[in-house]
Amino acid sequence: MSDIKNIHNDYSAKLNNNLSLEEINQIKTELFGKNGLISSQFKNIGSIPETDRKKFASDLNQIKDELQNLIANKVNSIESKKINEKLEKEKIDVTLPERSFVRGKIHPVSQTIDEISSIFSEIGFSVEEGPDVENEYNNFTALNTPDNHPARDMHDTFYLDDNKEILLRTHTSPVQIRTMLKDNPPFKIIAPGRTYRSDSDQTHAPMFHQVEGLHIDKDINMGHLKGCLNYFIKEFFEVEKIKMRFRPSHFPFTEPSAEVDIGYEIKDGKIIIGEGDQWLEILGCGMVHPNVLKNVKVDPSKYQGYAFGIGIDRLAMLKYGINDLRAFFDCDYRWLNHFGFDPLDVPTNYRGLSR
Amino acid sequence: MKITFDWLKDHLDTKLKEDKLLEQLTNVGLEVESVANLSAGLDLFKVAKILKTEKHPNADRLKVCDVDIGEKVIKKVVCGASNARAGLFTIYAPPGAVVPKSKVKLVVAKIRDVTSYGMLCSESELNLSDESEGIIELSSKKYEKSVGKSYFLKSDSNLIDISITPNRPDCLGVRGIARDLAASGFGKIKNLKEKKIKSNIKQTIKIKITKEKNQACSSFGSCLITNVKNTESPKWLKDKLVSIGQKPISAIVDVTNYVMLDNNRPLHAYDADKIEKGIVVRNSKFGEEFTALDNKNYKLDDGMCVISDNKGVLGLGGIIGGIRSSTELDTKNILLESAYFEPRSIRSTSKKLNLDTDAKFRFERGIDPLSIEDGLNKAALLIKEICGGEISKIDIQRIEKEKIKTIKFDIDLFEKITGFKISTKEIFKILENLGFKIKKEKKYLKLSVPTWRPDISQEIDIVEELVRITGYDKIKIIDPIKERTKSTLTQSQKLFHFLQRAIASKGYLEAITWSFTDSNYNDHFKDKNKEIKIINPISSDLGVLRNSIFSNLIMHMNKNLDRGFKDLSIFEIGPIFTGLNPGEQNTVVCGLSAGKKSRLSWVEKERNVDVFDVKRDVVQTLVEAGYNSDKFFIDSETPNYYHPGKSGRLFLNRGKDQIAAYFGEIHPNILKKIDIKTETLVGFEIFVDNLKIPKKALKDQKTKFEVSDYQKSERDFAFIVNKEIKAQDLINAVSSVDKKLISNIRVFDVYEGENIPENQKSIAINVTIQSSEKTLNDNDLENINNSIIKTVENKTGAKIRS
Repeated sequence: MSDIKNIHNDYSAKLNNNLSLEEINQIKTELFGKNGLISSQFKNIGSIPETDRKKFASDLNQIKDELQNLIANKVNSIESKKINEKLEKEKIDVTLPERSFVRGKIHPVSQTIDEISSIFSEIGFSVEEGPDVENEYNNFTALNTPDNHPARDMHDTFYLDDNKEILLRTHTSPVQIRTMLKDNPPFKIIAPGRTYRSDSDQTHAPMFHQVEGLHIDKDINMGHLKGCLNYFIKEFFEVEKIKMRFRPSHFPFTEPSAEVDIGYEIKDGKIIIGEGDQWLEILGCGMVHPNVLKNVKVDPSKYQGYAFGIGIDRLAMLKYGINDLRAFFDCDYRWLNHFGFDPLDVPTNYRGLSR
Repeated sequence: MKITFDWLKDHLDTKLKEDKLLEQLTNVGLEVESVANLSAGLDLFKVAKILKTEKHPNADRLKVCDVDIGEKVIKKVVCGASNARAGLFTIYAPPGAVVPKSKVKLVVAKIRDVTSYGMLCSESELNLSDESEGIIELSSKKYEKSVGKSYFLKSDSNLIDISITPNRPDCLGVRGIARDLAASGFGKIKNLKEKKIKSNIKQTIKIKITKEKNQACSSFGSCLITNVKNTESPKWLKDKLVSIGQKPISAIVDVTNYVMLDNNRPLHAYDADKIEKGIVVRNSKFGEEFTALDNKNYKLDDGMCVISDNKGVLGLGGIIGGIRSSTELDTKNILLESAYFEPRSIRSTSKKLNLDTDAKFRFERGIDPLSIEDGLNKAALLIKEICGGEISKIDIQRIEKEKIKTIKFDIDLFEKITGFKISTKEIFKILENLGFKIKKEKKYLKLSVPTWRPDISQEIDIVEELVRITGYDKIKIIDPIKERTKSTLTQSQKLFHFLQRAIASKGYLEAITWSFTDSNYNDHFKDKNKEIKIINPISSDLGVLRNSIFSNLIMHMNKNLDRGFKDLSIFEIGPIFTGLNPGEQNTVVCGLSAGKKSRLSWVEKERNVDVFDVKRDVVQTLVEAGYNSDKFFIDSETPNYYHPGKSGRLFLNRGKDQIAAYFGEIHPNILKKIDIKTETLVGFEIFVDNLKIPKKALKDQKTKFEVSDYQKSERDFAFIVNKEIKAQDLINAVSSVDKKLISNIRVFDVYEGENIPENQKSIAINVTIQSSEKTLNDNDLENINNSIIKTVENKTGAKIRS
């Protein structure tokens, strides 16, 4: 009995000293090694008279636990002391620059196309596409703009052959023709894409972007057209109210035709859409001409509907305050960085079009 | 089309103010483009009298004039005109006035040491005519009492510029515009009681329209005016033309212009004495020539409508007259032409000859065939009034009678198209005001279309007329229904958008460049494609469609490097063209990366961007898009614009069916030719159309979740192989040993040089081995090890490095 008490006292005292990890391990072996002092005592339990055995075992266990705790605490304190000493030395200047990273951007036109698609998606339009190189029939004739029609002068056309039969599409409207020839009505599509006209100055680029819209069904009238565009403009500019003006115009492929202006004003050098008494032309539209429907084998006495064409670049300029159209295609690193969008900013309905 | 409110009031009775009118013009579809006050500042130009002239002391040709401008002080004006003389009435412009022609603002100036207060004006300087010789001479009788008064009538009428759509030739005359306004309730159209020619004299010049195929002239009206004295136009006529920015020329020309502008009735005046034995209107023969009024000689094709006489072509009907028969100031006898020419013929002739005239612009849109007589009456009588002479009877030759178009119009169509209703009464009122004749039949209206409206031929045109005049603001907004029956994007459209953002997220800025390019640049990148030329490019350096996006991208990369940026990555996703026909195009994602990684970094070692950077961008993007990189196959066959030794070609699988991408360094020869200054330039092209759309939707791609919790072990091997052996071959050999047990293979070292035989290299790989069924024991592992070594050695000729 006194043996184990002595062991306890001796080693408790020892463990109170300043010890190194090695020394503690030495103590550990002395006590709990194969022939360690405590281990040997456990082997002795059998030789203890039965009357004392129970108490001895319990005392021994208690002493074992206490010593083990003492050792564990000692080890812990030494280790944390070591870590603290290490931390003391490990101070860095966190204001030094982080490792370099690069950030890509999405072009404002691409972002705007995604915004437009997202808005029209909500009201049931799907996206169609067509080739950049078109034949003269799809681009003009089928759209009720026969050869030798002065309306062809409205489009300065790039031609790819001497017979002027193959050209770069001057608008996205040929996608209407392709879509309607391919399927049966009803049609409800938008078609964003590149378009080309051979003029070039401060406000015109030889290539620009349009989005075509087409909705053909049994009873689609000008009220639906107005409603659709009113909805689109409001959603696109993310405003509650929009001032919009439809005025008569002429396109060979729609009748009646309209141009749409939106109200704006300039406040502190910035354009405010939807207010003010200035008008800005933003799109052309109308009811698809019966001749066009006939050309694509759709019966105009059964089906009717509207089409529209919007300049995407122009919309992007208005929404994001970009002044110069030519800069869109100039590829200036600084401009792309400034007006580009983070690729994670995907326009969606539930998160909103833009942050 | 330029008009003034004053001129409009010749045809329109209205009490409305100009601003209301401007708004209404736009509302009915006659878009007001601009409004300008032409007469602003013109009141400064005053009638003046020269009292005395002296030779300029320092210049032989200049005179110093004392000018009376109706004020107490006599003005000293230096003038170079030879006709400046004492007693002459002329026009004086004070300092501060802006000269209409040059737009120069006058100041008090010293001219060779003599101070000049203002200027004496020539007609040309005031845009009154082309006469620039000498200063204006005003008649002393008329202007004696006007000295000091403004020469120009004060006018509040603005110049209104209206954009007339090509379907509305009738509105190329002031009366047409007035008619539309009246129909929309903005005033009443005036019923002009135009006088008619009363004459017994015969029109003695014989006119013949040949009856031949494609004869573009269906009727030709004319009258002869003899013994005229062509002169300056009277002031009212000059003012009228000047008010819309036209220059008066001579009475005969001014009158024909006036009638054309007033009622869209083009006329042509010939010097009757220069016509040889009558006029024949016929189709031209190939090779015929004539000199037109623009002083250019035109060689004609077959089948162009010409006005000719015995000697040959006089002019192109409805387009331009010829020099040979043109009227001059001393012309005594004139033949006035008023005809109808078919629009398509006018257009094709003028296109072929590249000729654009005011008459052509009007005839190609369609002239009212019934305005022939009115036009002759009005013009001839005006000419007689101004120039004197005798007018003959009107002669009209016709080869076909004008048909009046009729349309059956179902009233219900209006509501069906517009979504709102108007009363039958309103319909009648609008159509009648626009000039339609209406007959009510049982279920529809039978409409006779006014002859000045060539654009109207079917029911839908009537709907447009009605809704345009009623006002588009009456159309009700019908809100769209938020319902989707079809998915917005197709799988391939989704892929397009995914790739676009995936590449951007790797640090590339998206660019959009022209679909056309400089053929010099295109040549570098066109590979085996043929060049596709644009017939009429905007400039020679944008003359071909791009066969590759690299051409434009590298051009812009170079510009950006010149701007002083060193490390940049740009990309574009868009079309490249492989042929001339619609659809011969592919969608490509093309990227370029230049310069270094970690340039001037305190924490990382800087290095040039390299092939493996772009390879990572391509592979990662494809993996993100859903393609399995384990199946990718890569070789080094690339187009000649890539560095032949440092570029690769990627297939989505070993079947090598379609190329998914190229990546690599741009060929150094191209960099040299383009003179691009960067450490390195690497690029890639992903061929979007070649990527098979994954058959499974995302929701189906998620298969059962299975992982192994058994012990895995890693083993390293170093093989010595011939240099040509690719890492891919080694990896394939290893993975072929046991696809179930070998879960990962990494290349962690490639080494050539010391201790390695020449033409050989050492490749070190790390292989992870794990079973999904049990913990592998030493024996199992040993077997696999041996099997790996054996297989690699057999398949690649490698030797394990001991």
